[in-house]
Amino acid sequence: MNIINIEHIAKIYQVGSEEVHALRDVSLNIEKGEYVAIMGPSGSGKSTLMNILGCLDTPTKGLYNFTGVNVSQMNDNELANIRNKEIGFVFQTFNLLPRSDALHNVELPLIYAGISSHERKDKARLALDHVGLNDRMHHKPNELSGGQRQRVAIARALVTQPAIILADEPTGNLDTKTGEDIMALFNEIYEQGNTIILVTHEEYIAEHAERIIRIRDGMIEKDEHVKDRYIPKKNGFSKAD
Amino acid sequence: MSTLLYELKEGLLISLRAIRANKVRSALTIFGIVIGITAVVLMSTAIKGIDNAFAKGVSSLGSDNLYIDKWEWFNNDTPWWELRNRKNLDLEDFKKYKELAKLPLAVAPTVWSNQTIKYKDRNVESIIIQGTNENYINTTNLSFNEGRFFNELESNGGRQVAVLGFEVANNLFPNGNALDQDVKIKGQKFRVVGVLSEQGSWVMGNFNPDKQVFTPIQNIFKYFHSEWFRSVTINVRARNSQMVEATKEEAISIMRRVRGLKYNEPDDFSINQQEGLLNTINQTVGVIQIAGLFITGLSLFVGAVGIMNIMFVSVKERTKEIGIRKAIGAKRRTILGQFITESAIICLFGGIVGLIMAIILSMIVNQFLPTSVQIDSVVLAIVISIATGVISGFAPAYSAAKLDPVEALRYE
Repeated sequence: MNIINIEHIAKIYQVGSEEVHALRDVSLNIEKGEYVAIMGPSGSGKSTLMNILGCLDTPTKGLYNFTGVNVSQMNDNELANIRNKEIGFVFQTFNLLPRSDALHNVELPLIYAGISSHERKDKARLALDHVGLNDRMHHKPNELSGGQRQRVAIARALVTQPAIILADEPTGNLDTKTGEDIMALFNEIYEQGNTIILVTHEEYIAEHAERIIRIRDGMIEKDEHVKDRYIPKKNGFSKAD
Repeated sequence: MSTLLYELKEGLLISLRAIRANKVRSALTIFGIVIGITAVVLMSTAIKGIDNAFAKGVSSLGSDNLYIDKWEWFNNDTPWWELRNRKNLDLEDFKKYKELAKLPLAVAPTVWSNQTIKYKDRNVESIIIQGTNENYINTTNLSFNEGRFFNELESNGGRQVAVLGFEVANNLFPNGNALDQDVKIKGQKFRVVGVLSEQGSWVMGNFNPDKQVFTPIQNIFKYFHSEWFRSVTINVRARNSQMVEATKEEAISIMRRVRGLKYNEPDDFSINQQEGLLNTINQTVGVIQIAGLFITGLSLFVGAVGIMNIMFVSVKERTKEIGIRKAIGAKRRTILGQFITESAIICLFGGIVGLIMAIILSMIVNQFLPTSVQIDSVVLAIVISIATGVISGFAPAYSAAKLDPVEALRYE
């Protein structure tokens, strides 16, 4: 089943009198449970593609079906609703609220979803537990290490059980070892059946994904499956042959 | 619905955190609102105090009273020289009127003289001595601290008796015991037969009964000035407020006969009413109100501009936060509500502090002018401060709500 179906989308920015074609003609399908890396040098259009995939922005031309719904013409509030319920963001700079503790940061998407305080706290605790931070719930971001902050961000992305996890250079601000730990966590999340889209320019980070899409000059240069799909079984997880 | 509630609660939480994070800035911003609200509350309280004082002052006149006089008291339709040229009313006019009038409850003549009153080594200058008769008391709402009003016998006989107003008695007899003492006016002895209780009609100046002395009318003509010197005023009290108009009509027709006016001659007297005084007072109070509210409104406006300014700064500073919130699903409405809540809370703090200051200040002012902060002023202060917050916070909040999430996330 396709979670993401993009047909001939283009994004054109008007900079002064000049038109900048950030994306020219991109078509793409992503299935449920895939682990996809989007790669490309800076200025290739990968950030623009990520913003459109994440419903933060809409394409100038073309069609974007997300979980079977056409989102290319949606207004701000409808997009906010999709982002809230169906997309979990993980950013390079963590993007946590500095004055709120870990638990409240993870709760935030559930507040906007209108879930009661009690249920919110339960779900947020579970998500923090999941990323191994059950002893850091009441720490504020400045009391946490970089790796821990990114784990809080991942917990926040997971807490609404979204259709996709969208990670933009999630290891960019971390040292190699911590970066590897975070990638291991993504693997784990993937193996539990989540769909992950990873935007990176590091080859060794992209290698964690099963499929790598390379972007250059606003177009897909190469789209290849580098690994087999991991199919989770009903009891426990194992690799499919 | 529940979403809205959670968003509001979240908005409150964020606001309190933001205010706490910028203590000095918040305090300075709140200061502007504190001054504005203090001014508004004090002004509205003062206006009410003045209003009450006027109402109280006027009510001592009695609302069912008519005053037949040579002069027109409040309306200035007739030029003053025409009024001056009218023939004085005298005691004969009063007697004829009294004989013919059927409708009034009570009628009494009055004429005044400005004198100094003495008791031993104490004296009070520039006192209005009201000369009248025993029926005067029935045309007023005056009450007594001690003694009584002079009676018919004393009045007709022109006995040298006096009834003292509250302030006059207080000044001459600081230790009380004014009754049956002899006070001196222009060398003549007057026996005190009564002392009025306090009327508090200070707005009426020297015509405040507290500052007057009452004596039989003959004494005025005998000792202070001759009858032709000043026109007599006829105080008329109607039976009730429904009867005021009829009593007035009757008074006009009787007075025209008494004064011997032909059908084509205009009235050479005026029928004055408390209503005229009320209109004058209401105009004065209205001007004070508008001027006062304009000035205090201005100070509140300055405070509101301060809030708006600081909220714009706050939105700019928290652009990234707004981006994060939008990315994880905050709608425009949510962001709008969050910043309006913050600005409303800042103003509410200011309003409460301002209210407390106003209450303290009004206690001090109360020593000079009767004021006290009433519950409606409290409600007014709270409502105005929240409204100020909402209005001044709207533009900054709207600018935050319509931020593009991609741009906002990129902001450093």
